[in-house]
Amino acid sequence: MEATVTTANNNEKTWGGGDDIQPLGASYGKMMMWFFIVSDALTFSGFLAAYGFSRFKFIETWPLADEVFTHFPFLHGVAAPMYYVALMTFILIFSSVTMVLAVDAGHHLKKTKVAIYMFLTIIGGLIFVGSQAWEWKNFIKGEYGAVETVGGSLLQFVDKDGKRVALEEFAVKLPEQREALTRAKAKWFMEDAETQPTYTVAEVQAGFKVHPELLIRTEQIIETNGKKSKKVLSRAESESRLSSAKYVVEGANLTRNEYGSKLFADFFFFITGFHGFHVFSGVIINIIIFFNVLLGTYEKRRSYEMVEKVGLYWHFVDLVWVFVFTVFYLV
Amino acid sequence: MSHEHVSNTKRIWFVFALLSVVTTVEVILGIYKPAVLEGNHFVGLNLLNWIFYILTVFKAYYIVWAFMHMEGEKSSLRWSVVSPVIFLVLYLLFILLTEGHYIYGVFKDSTIKWNF
Repeated sequence: MEATVTTANNNEKTWGGGDDIQPLGASYGKMMMWFFIVSDALTFSGFLAAYGFSRFKFIETWPLADEVFTHFPFLHGVAAPMYYVALMTFILIFSSVTMVLAVDAGHHLKKTKVAIYMFLTIIGGLIFVGSQAWEWKNFIKGEYGAVETVGGSLLQFVDKDGKRVALEEFAVKLPEQREALTRAKAKWFMEDAETQPTYTVAEVQAGFKVHPELLIRTEQIIETNGKKSKKVLSRAESESRLSSAKYVVEGANLTRNEYGSKLFADFFFFITGFHGFHVFSGVIINIIIFFNVLLGTYEKRRSYEMVEKVGLYWHFVDLVWVFVFTVFYLV
Repeated sequence: MSHEHVSNTKRIWFVFALLSVVTTVEVILGIYKPAVLEGNHFVGLNLLNWIFYILTVFKAYYIVWAFMHMEGEKSSLRWSVVSPVIFLVLYLLFILLTEGHYIYGVFKDSTIKWNF
């Protein structure tokens, strides 16, 4: 009974030692939520710093974010960098606002208002998680495809104007050389079980040969008049680079991705995934508290401090997103 | 409750407007990427990225101070939460980014090619 407020009409302070003696002027639960947030903030900082470390290692070849995240719902084939993630950011900020309004209503013991605002917060959180799933879907599916060389470099295809060209636009279909192992033909281990790309390396190379207008774009970042872009090779260089191709890469997974550095996709999945997991847990916790509000638990307690505590967590999730947004999409 | 709570609704909407405006500015800069800003560097970072980081910290300040209501807490709590994070993060960033830059140099000046 010392540590938590559980019973109705309980005037006890959460710490022992009588009225008005509270370390740091905060109740036990609230202070612990703050220090949990400190540790979680350091965890996220560790991830983001590790991302920075890897990016600094490959500073000249890192993918350019506005070439990777270009999708927007119902706009097919239109390159819309930033808009979607900006929308997600607004959704999350807005759900933070409804959360803080719920806390504010809680201070005035207005049960209905707290419930309505909590509900809106939950809806906002769900929309955000859903948006993230959609973003992941596009990222995993990919758009153009690329090839990886023996040395691990990634080669993308462009036309004369530097516009990206998808594999399916030029690759030729050769007589089948590889066969995907299905379960019916499997041994106890499957050597070639990895999902096969639509085209083989030979098919891409053959298609490249019959399309003289195509060029290869490397991962190398060049800066002209303050604008960053990726280096495009001449036709002769392109042909020689393509002869060292080893894999066809379509979309992204944890091993390789069509956007560039392998670590880019790894960090994207890990950090946005970890953040999405936080949002998901936040939604679950919010739902629990929402039902407690409806049941009148805090009304009986004459204190809506629990709403304030989950509010702290929810704002923290928003806070982390502000940094993830900057680091992954802007810089 | 130890302190009186006045309604902060006005301030909440003000902060929301502020955060929205800042985010909009970031998105516009992120789409257009003005060459003047991206081409000029200050202490190893281009001006555009400086602006992004400053605006991010600005937003973080308002989220913590207004939404998480840090401004209403005692200064002892404020310091014991904020200072460890700031100092440890700066330290971590310093170490990791320096090392990352060093490894970049190793790859650049040698024939090693190791994409990991």
